[in-house]
Amino acid sequence: MKFAVLVFPGSNCDIDAVKAIEDVLGPEGAEVTAVWHREADLSRFDAILIPGGFSYGDYLRCGAIARFSPVMEAVKQAAAAGKYVIGICNGFQILTESGLLPGALRHNDHLQFRCEISPLQVESTDTPFTRHYAPGQVIQIPIAHGEGNYFADEATIAELNANNQVIFRYYEHNPNGSVERIAGICNATRNVLGMMPHPERAVHDWLGSADGKALFTSILNAWRDKQGA
Amino acid sequence: MIIARIHVTLKASVLDPQGTAVTKSLHALGYDEVQDVRIGKFLELKIDTNERHVAEERVQEMCEKLLANTVIETYTFELVEA
Repeated sequence: MKFAVLVFPGSNCDIDAVKAIEDVLGPEGAEVTAVWHREADLSRFDAILIPGGFSYGDYLRCGAIARFSPVMEAVKQAAAAGKYVIGICNGFQILTESGLLPGALRHNDHLQFRCEISPLQVESTDTPFTRHYAPGQVIQIPIAHGEGNYFADEATIAELNANNQVIFRYYEHNPNGSVERIAGICNATRNVLGMMPHPERAVHDWLGSADGKALFTSILNAWRDKQGA
Repeated sequence: MIIARIHVTLKASVLDPQGTAVTKSLHALGYDEVQDVRIGKFLELKIDTNERHVAEERVQEMCEKLLANTVIETYTFELVEA
C-alpha cells in the first residue's frame, strides 16, 4: 500500500514515522513517501500520516496555521473518500483544528512538558488502526507533549462514547488532564484517527516498547481486506 | 486606516492552567484579594480600509476562521481609527 507522511515546516517526527512504517511493514507491505505541505494532490496514496512536531512553530495555537496548508484540502478529500488518515501528536492537533476530528487540545493541566512511556488502554478494536490489538489491551506507548489535554464539551464527549469513537485512554493515570483520560479518538466513519501518544516511537523492543507495531500492521491488514472485498 | 484590537481568551467553562498558576503565584506574594486570573492573547491588526462595517465583518470572519478556536476560546474586539 502507498503511505504518505506529511511534512510541515517544523514537523520533527516525520522521519521517525517513515522509518517506523518501513521497518514494520517492509518493502512488500508499504511504499512510504514524505510529502511536503505544498502538495495539493494526495490521490495516489492509500493512507496519510500527519506526524508530530511543532508545525509553524506552534504559533497562535498548535496546528492552527498548518490547517491552512494546501495539503490539508487534499487530506479532507482523502478522509471523505474513506482513505486512512492518522494524526499523531501535532498531527492530532492539526486534525482537530481542521475540523476533521471534534474537540481541542489545551495546555497540560500542570503546564509541564511530559516525555515518558505512557500505558494506554485500547478502547475499541473496531477501526482500521487497532484491529490487531485485543479489546481492553494495555499497551506501552511514549508521549511527548506540552499541549495534549483533550477537551470537548459534554455533548460531544457523550457522542464519542456512544459511538465508541474513543480509541485510546491513558491507563490508570492522566498525564495531561484530558477529559475522561482520552488519548485518541476517531471520526464517525472510523477512518480518521488522532492520538497524542507516538506509536512510531514504539516499534522495536530496543526502543523501550514494540507495542506500536500492531497499529501499522492493522492499517495494512485493513487495506488488504478492502482490496480483496 | 483602522486598528482592530482583539482579545482571545479561554471560555469560562474551560480550565485555564496558566491562569491558575498565576493566581497561586499572586497569592504567594500576598495578593489574597485575587479571585481568579484568566490569561489570553492580545492581537492588534492594522487594516487598510476606512469602512468600519466592512472591517467589522472581516475581523469577525478572521476570528472565527483562524485567530480563535471557538471550541475552547472566545474573542472580543474593538475597532479604532488609526
